This record gives sequence, C-alpha cells and structure tokens, in this order.
Amino acid sequence: MQYQSQMVAKPYFIAAIALFTGQILFGLIMGLQYVIGDFLFPYLPFNIARMVHTNLLIVWLLFGFMGAAYYLVPEESETELFSPKLAIITFWIFLIAGVLTILGYLTLPYARLAEVTGNNLLATMGREFLEQPLPTKLGIVIVALSFLFNIGMTVLKGRKTAISIVLLLGLVGLAVFFLFAFYNPANLVKDKYYWWWVVHLWVEGVWELILGAILAFVLIKVTGVDREVVEKWLYVIITMTLISGLIGTGHHYYWIGAPEYWQWWGSVFSALEPIPFFMMTLFAFSMVNRRRRDHPNKAAVLWALGCSVMAFLGAGVWGFLHTLAPVNYYTHGTQLTAAHGHLAFFGAYALVVITMISYAMPVLRGRAANSRSAQLAEMWAFWLMSIAMLMITLLLTGAGIVQVWLQRMSTTPLGFMAVQDQVSIFYWLREGFGVMFLIGLITYISSFFIRDDKKPLTA
Amino acid sequence: MKVRDIELTANEFTGSLSERDDRPSLPGDFAIWIFIFAEMLAFGVLFITFAFARAGDVEMYNASQQTLNQTAGLINTILLITSSYFVACAVAAISSGNARHCANWLTGAVMLGGCFVAVKIFEFSEKIDSGISLSTNSFYMFYLSLTFFHLMHVLMGMVILGFIIVKARRGGYSRKQHTGVETGASFWHMVDLLWIILFPLVYIMH
Repeated sequence: MQYQSQMVAKPYFIAAIALFTGQILFGLIMGLQYVIGDFLFPYLPFNIARMVHTNLLIVWLLFGFMGAAYYLVPEESETELFSPKLAIITFWIFLIAGVLTILGYLTLPYARLAEVTGNNLLATMGREFLEQPLPTKLGIVIVALSFLFNIGMTVLKGRKTAISIVLLLGLVGLAVFFLFAFYNPANLVKDKYYWWWVVHLWVEGVWELILGAILAFVLIKVTGVDREVVEKWLYVIITMTLISGLIGTGHHYYWIGAPEYWQWWGSVFSALEPIPFFMMTLFAFSMVNRRRRDHPNKAAVLWALGCSVMAFLGAGVWGFLHTLAPVNYYTHGTQLTAAHGHLAFFGAYALVVITMISYAMPVLRGRAANSRSAQLAEMWAFWLMSIAMLMITLLLTGAGIVQVWLQRMSTTPLGFMAVQDQVSIFYWLREGFGVMFLIGLITYISSFFIRDDKKPLTA
Repeated sequence: MKVRDIELTANEFTGSLSERDDRPSLPGDFAIWIFIFAEMLAFGVLFITFAFARAGDVEMYNASQQTLNQTAGLINTILLITSSYFVACAVAAISSGNARHCANWLTGAVMLGGCFVAVKIFEFSEKIDSGISLSTNSFYMFYLSLTFFHLMHVLMGMVILGFIIVKARRGGYSRKQHTGVETGASFWHMVDLLWIILFPLVYIMH
C-alpha cells in the first residue's frame, strides 16, 4: 500500500460484501415466493423482500464504489486522502442509516414507516428503488457530499489523471442525478419521466464512467500497460457511453405517456449502448494480452476480464434484446426485463466492485496477492457465481418469452397470474441456480479466511 | 501487407501512435478516429432509420419536405464546405511552419461556423413560429432531431477550433509537431461530411 489513508477503503469493502450477502439471501427468499406465494407471509411479504433485495444491491454497490474511490484516488493523485477521519465518519453514518432503513422496512408496515419518517412533509417514498424514507435520502445526500468533498480535495491537491477525473465525473453525476429522487410530481407520466433520471442515468450513464475508471485502474496495476494507452481507451469508452446512454434514456419512455418521438430517439441511441460495453471487453482483453508484467494476483485479472464480458452480455446483449420500440411493445415489464437487470447489474457493477476488492484487499492486508489456495477459492467463486447468474438470466429469458407469448401475443391471451403458473418450472430452476450463486458467494467469502501458508500464485 | 505496416497498425490500435513525422499515419490523434467512427455510426443509424421511416409514408415525407427552407440549407452547405477548405488551409499553413496563418484560417472557419449557426437558428425559428414541433409528424421529428444533433456538433467543433486557435497564437504548434491542429481539422471535416449527407437526404431527395 503506497498511502496509509487508503486503509479507509477496507471497512467499505467489508460492509459491501456483508450487504451483498444480505441481498442474495433476500433474493433467494423472493425466488421461493415466486413459486410458493405465501412463503413467510405475513412476516415478510413479497413486496418488502423485493425492496430489501434491490435496496441492498444499490447500497452495497455504493459502498463498493466509495471504497474503490478511497483506495484509488490517493494512489492516482499520489497524495494522502484529504481527510481519512471524515471518510470513516461518513462510513458509519452511511452504514447505520442503511441498516436502520432496512430494519424499518422489515419491522414496520411501509405506510407506517412513511408516516413516522415525515413523508407528509415531502413525499418521496413509494417508488421502485427510491423507497427510502426521507431522512435516509437526506442522509445519502450528506454522505455523497462529504464523500465528494473528500475525494475532490484529494484530486485537487495531487496529480490529476484521466482515471481520477473520469471517476470524479461519474461520482458527481451520481450525486446530481440522485437529487431527482426528491422530485415526485403528482402527474404519473412526469413522475416516471424523472424517476428514470435517477435510475437510467445512473446505471446507463454515470455509473459506467465509474466502472470504466475502476477497470482502467486495476488493468494498469495488473498489466503494467502504459497509462497513455489506457487513458485513450477510457476517453473513447466514456464518450461512447455518453453519446448513447444520455438520449438512450428514451427507451424507458415508450408507452408511458411521453411524446412519441422518444420511440425513435430511444430506439436509435439505446441500440448504440452495447458499443461502449463491447469496447470495454476489447479494452480489457487487449490490455491483458499486452501485459508487461505478470502480476501475482491472477484472481483480480480473472474478475476484471469476467466483468468486461459479463457486462457486455448483460447490459449490452440482453439490453439490446428488448430496447427497440417495436420489440419492447411486447416485452415491456416482463421477465425479460428481470433477466437483463440481473445479468447487467451482476456483470457490470457487482463484478467491478469485486474486481477492485480482489485487487485491493490483499494490498490492504499487507501483501501483493493472496496465497494460491485463496486465489483458487476466488476463481471457483467467480465461475460458480457467473455460471449461476448466466443460468438465472437464461431461465428468466425463457420465462419472459413464454410470458410474452401466452399473455400478449396469443389469440386467446391468459391473465398475468395464470401465465405465472405456466412458467413456474423456470422459477424453480432459477431458485436452484440461486442456491448455486449463494455457494459461490460463500466460497468467495471463505477465500478471505484461507490462511496465508503458501506462496502466492505465480504461474 | 508488409511487416512494418502490420507493426504500424498494431501500434495504432493500442494507441501508442508515434508522432514522428517520418512515418505515414492517420492525421491527428488516433483517438479522434475512433470517436469519428463512433459518431458516423450514430448518424449512420439515424440516416438509415430516416430512410426506413420514409419508406412507410413517402407522400407525407415529400409533402413535409416541400415546406423546408432549401435556400437556407444550400447557404449552410456552402458555408460548411468553405469552412472545411479554410481548415485544410490551416493544416497546410502549420505544416509549413506558419502558425499565424494557421490561426487566421481557423478563425475564418470558426466565423463561417458562426454564420452556419445563425442561419440554422433562423431556420428553426421559422419552423417553430409556424407551429412545427417534434410531435407534428415523423418527418419533422427527424428533420428537427438530425439538424439539431448536427448543430450541436458544429458548436462543439467551433469550441475545439477555438482552443486550437488560442494554442496556435501562443506558438503551441510547429511544423513538426501539430497533431492537435490535425485532430481538430479531422473533427471539423466530419461535421462537414455529415452535413453533406444530411442536406440532400432531408432537404432535397424525394
């Protein structure tokens, strides 16, 4: 570790993995509720389990991004973090707020939670992914501002690199677009319209900048390729991301009451969205092929390559599958969306955070790389989780196709719940691969506890 | 393909393009060419979509096209082609080491770009005054979107050339080292090229 203050990243990474585990457990519960509707009812209704599943995902990824930034920025800027103390205070505020929010979801009826947290003062609750009570949303803003201040000051006082600038741009965008979580117009069309400014412009806009920056950082470290080369790739990738992703928001505006031209704009620009992801895959493989050193952390290289491929598949291919307006007319809001959501979030964001953790955690624990056996456990975890997620995606795609056929294309269409019964086999199999994913996650966590009794992997 | 050519291509792809003058290479920075490629792809998809949509309702497209101000379009075409010539002259000037001439040519190009913007704004205001919007019909939707996206590129090109002018006036480029000028010129030519396709496609062909 080059800078002592990079150490603050460690609690962020640990919290991220802990919350990730929570997310998967709730995912498994929901997966079962898909086929056994009253499982855990009335203690844990499906809507609450879903809220916890998706909220935990976002929070753990945010912990991961922050940890990554706290690790990466001092090293890029060649200076200590502006205030390690502030970073630790921010960590605890965020963690406590996050845990209290989840406990609130689990212990109180949602309407009661809204009542006691002042939703009548400024109504922001009740929307998918943005269910957090007002104090939590305000907490997120405060945490984001203090985090940006800390990172921004560090970048300002040190060396400015393309990686840190792109990362900062992504993080600023993340904070700015979150502000639309506070805008909740009564008009349902406008509500959805701006809701996507948080959701889409995060995951298909500014988060991609964060993804690109983290991936570029790890690739420089593990391959030793010239910074100049990596930076050029990064610039081209983020330009393509912004060209396609910003107006690509339009692919969420079909059939919701927004003007018709969005069908054209959304279709054309979002059809280009796979390009930056494809470039990222080319980038990662080209850097590893041109590596100037063999870094002992093989696991980190595998996570990085895996991230670029799975992100392309999940975000690029599965996104393209239903992005064109005439196709989306049939697929809107079916299990195809769920398939895309799972593989895209896992490939692009879960894997990039794990890539960073895999690279940084051994360094934070005082070694360049983990022992051979620990790395092997990580590699097993990679394959178990990735194959499980691919299978979940394929099964949900199958369910989605059957759903579209029976519910929307058939001459004698069935109702939603009747169709859900027809596709239950897909859900059962999906649950099985969910268990496989959990085994992968447990294997991953166990890799942190494998004792360092052997030499690092060198071959 | 000779070995040296292969090596050169590989170097270009990794972006470690050498800036030595004794090697034949793409003008400007390699990254701008990836960017240009991406831009052409985006516009290409839009042009194809336009053609596809037009095939669905040719009569409406032809009727709507008649209402466009073709004179304004033609003036803008001449302005952009001339500005591209100025930019080419600027590159020729700096290649012979004359930074002052280079900056002057570029200033001329930016001024022509400004005229393009003025004509375009006049044209847009004409259309908006007659009640035309993105929702009028799909022809106007394409007309307004394509020309607006293109206009944004003209403005961006003017900003890029503006930076190059300032750097050229400060003596930042020389006969041997003027990648920046070539990079900006490449972008400007792309803006010009897109218009040369856009103008006949949207304003003229029926």
